[in-house]
Amino acid sequence: MILTYIENWEGKFKKLSYELVSYSYELAKKLNTKVIALSIGNVNNDELTLLAKYGAHKIITVKNQQLNILDNKLFAEVITNVAQKNEATCIILANNTTGKAIAPRLSVKLQAGLVAGVESIPTNTQPFTIRKKVYTGKAYNNVIVKTPKKILTLFQNSFGLVENPQEANIENLDISTAESEIKLIEVNKVTGKILLQDAEIVVSAGRGLKAPENWGIVEDLAKILNAATACSRPVSDEGWRPHSEHVGQTGKIIAPNLYFALGISGAIQHLGGVSSSKCIVAVNTDKDAPIFEAADYGIIGDVRKVIPELIVAIKQTKK
Amino acid sequence: MKILVCISNVPDTTTKIKFVNDYELDKTGIQWIINPWDELALTRALELKEASAGAIKKITVINVGAAETEPTIRKALAVGADDAIRVNIIAKDAYQTAKQIAEAVKDENYDLILTGVESSDSNGMAVGEMLAELLNINSAASISGINFDKSLFTIKREIDGGTELLTIKTPFLATVQKGIAINPRIPAMRGIMQARTKPLKVVEPKNIYNYVEYTDYELPKPKGKCKMIAADNVTELVNLLHNEAKVI
Ligand SMILES: Cc1cc2nc3c(=O)[nH]c(=O)nc-3n(C[C@H](O)[C@H](O)[C@H](O)COP(=O)(O)OP(=O)(O)OC[C@H]3O[C@@H](n4cnc5c(N)ncnc54)[C@H](O)[C@@H]3O)c2cc1C
Ligand SMILES: Nc1ncnc2c1ncn2[C@@H]1O[C@H](COP(=O)(O)O)[C@@H](O)[C@H]1O
Repeated sequence: MILTYIENWEGKFKKLSYELVSYSYELAKKLNTKVIALSIGNVNNDELTLLAKYGAHKIITVKNQQLNILDNKLFAEVITNVAQKNEATCIILANNTTGKAIAPRLSVKLQAGLVAGVESIPTNTQPFTIRKKVYTGKAYNNVIVKTPKKILTLFQNSFGLVENPQEANIENLDISTAESEIKLIEVNKVTGKILLQDAEIVVSAGRGLKAPENWGIVEDLAKILNAATACSRPVSDEGWRPHSEHVGQTGKIIAPNLYFALGISGAIQHLGGVSSSKCIVAVNTDKDAPIFEAADYGIIGDVRKVIPELIVAIKQTKK
Repeated sequence: MKILVCISNVPDTTTKIKFVNDYELDKTGIQWIINPWDELALTRALELKEASAGAIKKITVINVGAAETEPTIRKALAVGADDAIRVNIIAKDAYQTAKQIAEAVKDENYDLILTGVESSDSNGMAVGEMLAELLNINSAASISGINFDKSLFTIKREIDGGTELLTIKTPFLATVQKGIAINPRIPAMRGIMQARTKPLKVVEPKNIYNYVEYTDYELPKPKGKCKMIAADNVTELVNLLHNEAKVI
């Protein structure tokens, strides 16, 4: 069995959830087995059923008061329990903050080799061989998992969505846990904004914008493209933009379909976070800026002139 | 109270990565540094100790690696760690690393253990939480803030679209990321002198099998040439994005 852990956000799934199921289905086909999707927390049956559309053969849901906030230790116990009951040989999680928090604990509990941050299905199943990025995207490494059980975490937006409709049962499992020793004091969340990790298009700007008051055009461009905004590290270090927007080796690692690098030089540490984008557009005054080596389309020009014109041109095509 | 900070020794972030054959990193000319997140973890540990009015007594750093990592360990001592442990083996995977650390520190009862979210060479993203599991202690991942007040730790955890403020019972492990500290400490001359005489204990490794085997490397395919568009012709860019790349 392939077991995939599906996180929810206030009871809802998102594209990433279905991507995990699509990936698991493809892997199950290769290993000649089936997919069980496991949800922990309060998700209603209508939402759970959506997982079947992407290939879940069975859906398990665990609801338990102690599991309302993420406690890595308790979550790992629950997932291990379900994995053992269902004789799971592969466990798939997202390579996001939650997946990265739980997968290593599962690896120890189940004595299962872990490969974190995969982008594709294994190239070989005997021995189980899979490719992973190393050196912050500067190279790939083939990894052989030697243990009978395997754990993988999948990079968001790397596999995509594939529909494989199934007739899946929903099974309610009662699993009790100890009381969590982690207590939530408060949550700070921005609402109504497109999350950087989830965005199909990202408009990102760097020190070339010169000052925080010049970000209006960046936000306008993001708005008409329904995009999220991002920035280079010095921009967030200076406090021009919030830390949550910082992308790169030491910030967020993203892989949108389209990435705009506006007034960003393209330092190696910056590229580490964005080089998996499907298409990169660079606008820079310096024709020798390294960003042009990573970009698909480039304009040598001043962002203050190019962005407003770009906004006008996009508005026109949208008409 | 005692804090343990796990540090990995990695190539400087600007290093151009090359391989000798397909299986081995070309180490010529590489500058080795403390993994950036570990350096920030150590910085925050030092800040907490200084502000604790004696409640936090000691900060230990640990590295699993061969003798060649000692300059990096000495750097951690030079910025202020009190002592260091090196487990004398080049670990092959995250499990081996975590297990060697667990074996070396299991009787030490550290109240707080800090690791980075990932090391910039293997990008394993695993040692921290594996160690927490091996020691059977609480943990929280992707932590961008830690505060300590009268034996109570509060931590800030990054979640999608925001942050959570939490309390967590000791002993616990946190994997830390950006925000935990702003600027890493730079060793001063006096620190460098002191570091030479600070205790660095070398322990021999336990016999532990690795779960995964890293085999051959590949370099990413070179990108196709960037298509340049005249600055006064942005309509052309929009057309290309729409019709050729099909991304808008
Ligand atoms: C350990 C470590 C980790 C790091 N991690 C990250 C990371 O995660 N993310 C990250 O981004 N950086 C990171 N950095 C920093 C990185 O090395 C660069 O310093 C940084 O990315 C540069 O940001 P920038 O491109 O905005 O600024 P600059 O390098 O100053 O580039 C500004 C660019 O704007 C152009 N420009 C100027 N005016 C205009 C104009 N009017 N119109 C158009 N273009 C213009 C310039 O030609 C230049 O190319 C890290 C560094 C270290 C040492
Ligand atoms: N060889 C090592 N010795 C000590 N700590 C390590 C070692 N490798 C990794 N770590 C710690 O584990 C974190 C995550 O590393 P990794 O799982 O390799 O991505 C790092 O930020 C370090 O804190």
